[in-house]
Amino acid sequence: MRNSFPLWKNLLILAVLALAVIYALPNLFGEDPSVQLSPSRGAKLDQTTVEKVEKLLGDAGLKPKSVELADKRLLIRYAQTDNQIKAADALQTGMGDNYVVALNLAPATPDWLRALGAKPMYLGLDLRGGVHFLMQVDTDAALTQAEERYAEDIRSLLRESKVRYQSVDRDGKAVVVKFADLATLGQAKDIIKREVRGLALDIQDTVIRGTLTEPEQREIRRLAVAQNITTLRNRVNELGVAEPLIQQQGEDRIVVQLPGVQDTARAKEILGATATLEFRLVDTEHPTPTEESKTPIGSRLYKDRNGRPLLLQRKIIVTGDQIVDSSSGLEQQSGSAAVFVTLNGPGSRKMADVSRENIGKPMAVVYIENKAETKEVDGQKVTTHRKVEEVINVATIRDRLGKRFQISGLDSTEEARNLALLLRAGALAAPVDIVEERTIGPSMGKENIERGVSSNGYGFVAIAIFMIVYYRVFGLFSILALGSNVLLLVATLSVMQATLTLPGLAGIALTVGMAIDANVLINERIREELRLGISPQLAIYAGYERAFATILDSNVTTFVAGVALFMLGSGPVRGFAAVLCIGILTSIFSAVVVSRALVNLTYGQRRKLTQLAI
Amino acid sequence: MELFKIKHDIPFMRYGKVTTAISLVTFILAVLALVFRGLNLGIDFTGGMLIEVSYSQPANIEAIRTALEKQEMSEVAVQNFGTSKEVLIRLPLKEGVKGPQLSEQVLSSLKAQDASATLRRVEFVGPQVGQELYESGVLALLLVAFGIMAYLSLRFAWRFSVAAIIANMHDIVIILGMFAFFQWEFTLSVLAGILAILGYSVNESVVVFDRVRENFRKMRRASVTEVIDNAITATMSRTVITHSMTQLMVLAMFFLGGEALHNFALALTIGIVFGIYSSVLVACPVALALGVSRADLLLPEKGQPVDNRP
Repeated sequence: MRNSFPLWKNLLILAVLALAVIYALPNLFGEDPSVQLSPSRGAKLDQTTVEKVEKLLGDAGLKPKSVELADKRLLIRYAQTDNQIKAADALQTGMGDNYVVALNLAPATPDWLRALGAKPMYLGLDLRGGVHFLMQVDTDAALTQAEERYAEDIRSLLRESKVRYQSVDRDGKAVVVKFADLATLGQAKDIIKREVRGLALDIQDTVIRGTLTEPEQREIRRLAVAQNITTLRNRVNELGVAEPLIQQQGEDRIVVQLPGVQDTARAKEILGATATLEFRLVDTEHPTPTEESKTPIGSRLYKDRNGRPLLLQRKIIVTGDQIVDSSSGLEQQSGSAAVFVTLNGPGSRKMADVSRENIGKPMAVVYIENKAETKEVDGQKVTTHRKVEEVINVATIRDRLGKRFQISGLDSTEEARNLALLLRAGALAAPVDIVEERTIGPSMGKENIERGVSSNGYGFVAIAIFMIVYYRVFGLFSILALGSNVLLLVATLSVMQATLTLPGLAGIALTVGMAIDANVLINERIREELRLGISPQLAIYAGYERAFATILDSNVTTFVAGVALFMLGSGPVRGFAAVLCIGILTSIFSAVVVSRALVNLTYGQRRKLTQLAI
Repeated sequence: MELFKIKHDIPFMRYGKVTTAISLVTFILAVLALVFRGLNLGIDFTGGMLIEVSYSQPANIEAIRTALEKQEMSEVAVQNFGTSKEVLIRLPLKEGVKGPQLSEQVLSSLKAQDASATLRRVEFVGPQVGQELYESGVLALLLVAFGIMAYLSLRFAWRFSVAAIIANMHDIVIILGMFAFFQWEFTLSVLAGILAILGYSVNESVVVFDRVRENFRKMRRASVTEVIDNAITATMSRTVITHSMTQLMVLAMFFLGGEALHNFALALTIGIVFGIYSSVLVACPVALALGVSRADLLLPEKGQPVDNRP
């Protein structure tokens, strides 16, 4: 009886462990203080930007460690934090308003590891500090808005088709249309059925009651959340937060996580900021003046995104809250990029009137944002509100515009997408309420990670000492197996790009504790077999074989528990469960396969094995 | 080195009645503590606000309290946390004032009073979110228990799965009871700990049951009691060593892991201690009382009916 694995099995184990080392390695390198530059509002990011940035920093004497262009952002690494902050200031002034500069901590993974796709685990807010908000979207308000929109649509529809009605009102959750007699109701019914989708009609006497259909309600709720996410994303982008997380949770909640942001007040100001749009006619009768004071009455001087002055009429055609929807696409005739806008009833009437009279003239879209800025003046924080207005697009009116129209003359599909997004984001989304807020200070985050890691370390050392004293050589093998378990676990979590949180760290500690179970079961079993007088080689064999069934049974039950936890839990429970489940899988492999390989290599080939160091 | 050299099987089952009685008493005490004292639920579950602030010198708790009372915040709990320089403030939710606004109010009044106040952590949870968490927590507990029972019925026999789950619930109720009795704060991470114990403790029962099954095959002439006694005795050293190892790890977390892992580790510690006890002295007597027999675990011979349930 000899215990040995075939060569391929040993090589496979070696390969798995080598891979684990590579993918666990990035976690050891720490982070570089760096500056993140990302474009906003259609600004471009390409090789010329890189050159510009390098020149700017070179002139300021702040040569960076590296400048990387990746995934819509520029990452400029430094060795020290003071250079990082100086560089951020230099870029802020040098690059202008179209770029967002943020301080970031980028993983300092060496190039060759990054080339292999190896990345460190992502640290949760509790380990790095930052703000977490959970926002509830008031989707009922979105439904009410939709009902109002439908009422308005029906009103203008009936007016256009010259059907007389008594009243169109909202009553509870329904749009109620009242008529004088059955004849007009009959006419109206057909028109409404043909033109208005999304309402379930109920007719009684001379009254039509329209309620939102189930699918329509679902769609409105879904869109309200989606639109809010877009709006929040735009604003967070303006905040200059590196790697923010904005995610839908459940049906009507949005999670916003801003790592590194400590000033909750400022974060809330920006997230709650309002942005809107206006459509105005371009003043073509007067020459564009260079100074504000020389603008003719009835017009205002604006600037476009490149800072060029533009004279617009004071009269607003339509404002952003009258936009119901917008999307980007391609114009049918020319195939060039366009944005499709849908207006509500009053908005579309106004737009129809104005456009009919101004065919052939240019119309401008103005983007308005109320920005709140907090600055420190004489040690006190002063918040100023600043209104930013800029022309984001000018297009020629070619035809009478109605409820749905398109804005063409855009440079690229990219620009069309951004404009559509801004139009949507500018329109009123359903109100949001912050229902949960968590802020972790940076010192606390650091403390959490230090304590978490060191407690894991001390626990491991204590176990190692005991195991080696108690089981001698087999104890050593167990500890090596346990170490490989931690290695595999960290590598798997890194490859999955899981977010490591404090409960996750606790999960690692607990899996180490539990993984020892498999090793103890095996060692005890071998001792038991030896006590029964079985030869050492056979005892090893029987020990592993018998213990395996037990290990499998006991781990599967824990695994079942872990999966249930992962499915149902939220936040810390979920993070913990994920680590637990992966830990169980890696611990079976390490206890059964890795430790067996070590034992086989040490004892397997000896013909006259009379004693085991156990 | 070997700590356990047990020559003869320890007659655990002979003490079955005594241990069951002890379990019953602790169980009832735990339930009473839960009923009469209730859990000291953290803000995760109740909703509310918690603010941790650190100062450069020992904090003046009284001054903080009066400053907050000036802001018309009633029922404010201010206490030292960890060191004398760190302060934990708890606020119930005020009607009409939104949580995020409240945290700013508190922070600005603290800063006005002492500029060295730095924010370490703010947690605000709306009451509705807390309620949902509570419900999903209970649901998770039930689903985990159900999943374990289903697996054990499949792998062993229904009597074992019932016995294991009773032993398991016994552990959970006792942890909960301890938290209620001592009024330790019950947070989301404690819940995670308890759910982990659910998996961990059943692990323990499974190891013993596994041995019982093996013994039924080997010890043809032994009685059921003898079989169980032998299984427990044989796995005794493994039980003690495994649990002490896990406990070592948990103790490291308890003492060195910081405030955040403290109660989590506490829940695990109680769970580990009672996990050993219950798997040996609750699960087995219950299985015995339910009438576990050799037939339950042996593969049925051909021609015999598979189902021998009453």
